[in-house]
Amino acid sequence: MLKYFSANQLYLGLEQALIAAAAAMLVVLLARKRGIHLEREALIAMVRGLVQIVAVGSVLLLLLRAPRWTSGFLLAAMMIAAGATSARRAKGMPGAFRISAWSIAFGAGSVIALMTWLGVIDTAITSLVPVGSMLIANAMNTNGLALNRFRADVLAHVGEIETALALGADARNSVSPYVQASFEASLIPAMDSIRSLGIVWIPGLMAGMLLSGARPVYAAIYQFVVLAMIFAASGLTSLVSTLLIRDRIFTAAQQLSLQPGR
Amino acid sequence: MSPPSTSAPVLRTEHLGRAVRDKVLVEDATFEVRTGEVLAIVGPSGSGKSSLLRLLNRLDEPTSGTVYVEGIDYRHIAPRELRRKLGMVNQRPYLFPGTVEDNLQFGPLQRGESLSHDVIEQLLSRVGLKGYASRNVANLSGGEAQRVSVARTLANSPLVLLLDEPTSALDETSKLEVESSIQNVVHDQGLTCVLVTHDTAQAMRLAERAILLEAGRIVRTGLIHEVLHA
Repeated sequence: MLKYFSANQLYLGLEQALIAAAAAMLVVLLARKRGIHLEREALIAMVRGLVQIVAVGSVLLLLLRAPRWTSGFLLAAMMIAAGATSARRAKGMPGAFRISAWSIAFGAGSVIALMTWLGVIDTAITSLVPVGSMLIANAMNTNGLALNRFRADVLAHVGEIETALALGADARNSVSPYVQASFEASLIPAMDSIRSLGIVWIPGLMAGMLLSGARPVYAAIYQFVVLAMIFAASGLTSLVSTLLIRDRIFTAAQQLSLQPGR
Repeated sequence: MSPPSTSAPVLRTEHLGRAVRDKVLVEDATFEVRTGEVLAIVGPSGSGKSSLLRLLNRLDEPTSGTVYVEGIDYRHIAPRELRRKLGMVNQRPYLFPGTVEDNLQFGPLQRGESLSHDVIEQLLSRVGLKGYASRNVANLSGGEAQRVSVARTLANSPLVLLLDEPTSALDETSKLEVESSIQNVVHDQGLTCVLVTHDTAQAMRLAERAILLEAGRIVRTGLIHEVLHA
C-alpha cells in the first residue's frame, strides 16, 4: 500500500521503518500492561539500530570496495561492539565485557579464520565481511543468552550453591549444573535454526545468491554451511564465556560474590 | 543439657567483624567454643546471628579480625578443608536432586572418597532415618529433609557443627524430630556445636553456653541461663 504514496525510495524506507517500529513498540506496550517494562531499552535499541545500519549502509559500498586486509579490522571492531552489547545481559557480573569480547573473538574469530583458510568462506571482502558479521552477531546473541541465563540461575540458587560450598565442593563444581544449563539454553536458537532450515525459514542470503546467479542447489547447501558455521561459532563462544564467567563470580576464598542485592 | 566443657577451644574468634557498604553486620566479636560444648548464638531478628555463622564457615569474608580453628588462623586453611571441618546446616536443607544416599555421598566425593553402605546407614540411624538411603529426596517431608541435611554434613566428619536456625522453617512435630536428632548427635556423641537460634527455649534445651547478639555486637556471654535470664 505504501508504494502508492511514496515514490521516493528513501521516504518509502522511512515509512516502512516507522510502521515496523510501531509494531515492535505495540508489543512493548502490551508487555507493559503485564508489568514488564522494556519501553526505554526497546526504544533506545531500535533508534540505535536504525542509526547504525543507515550509517553503515551509507558507506557499505565504500567498505566493500576497500582493500582485502581491511576486513580483519572491520571484523575485530564488530567483535568488540558485540562484546559490549552482550555484556549488558550480565549485569553485576564482574569482567562481563572483557569475557564477552574475548569469547566472541575466540568463538567467532577462530571459526571465521579456519573456514576462510579452508576456503569455505571466500576471502573477498564482499563475502568475508557479511558472512563473518553473521557469525559474530549470532555469537553475540548466544553469549548474551548464556550470561543472562547463568546470572539468573545463580541468583535463583544461591542456597544450593552455598550448600555445596559448605560441604567442601570446589567453587567450579558448585555451579556446574548452571554452567551446563546456560550453555544448552544459549544454543537453542542456533539448533532450532538448523533444524527448521528450509521449512520454517529461508535465509535472505539464499535469495541474494539466487538473484546473483548461483545454482539453486549450491545456494541451498551454502545456507546449511552458514548455519553450521553459526552453530560452531556460537557454541564455542558460549562454551568459553560460561567457563570464564564461572570463575569470576567467586572470590579467591571460594565465596559466592554474585548475591541478590549485593 | 550437660555441664559446661572446660576443655581447650576448638574455635576462637578475635575481633571478628563484617561491614558491607558502611552497614555493620557483625562487629568486634571475640569468643571461643570449647571441644564438645554446644554454644548458642541468640538474639533478635537482624542482630547478625546468621552473618556471624557465615563468617565462621568463611562463606563471607571478615572485614576485620579472624577465626582460629584448633589454634590456626583460618585464612591459612584451604577454604574447602575449612568448610569440611566446620560443617554447616542451613535453615533450609537444600538437598540435591537424587537419593538420600547421593546427598550423603556428596561431601566425601568432593575429596575423592566414597562412603560404604554401612557408614551411610550408621549416619542415617544417628538422625533417626535408618533405611532411607535409597529414597528419592523429592518425597521427603520437611523434617526428614532437614535430618538428611544434618546427616549429609556429618558425612564430612566435621570438627564443629554449625547450625543456622535448623528448625525455624518446620512445623512443631518436625521441629521436635530434628531437635531430637541434633540432641542425639551433639550430646550422645560429644560433637562440638554452634547453634544459631531465635528460639530461646530450644537454646535452653540444647546449649550449655550462649552469646547474645544485638545489632551485630556481642552484648552478653556466659552460661545459657545467665545469658537468657539476666
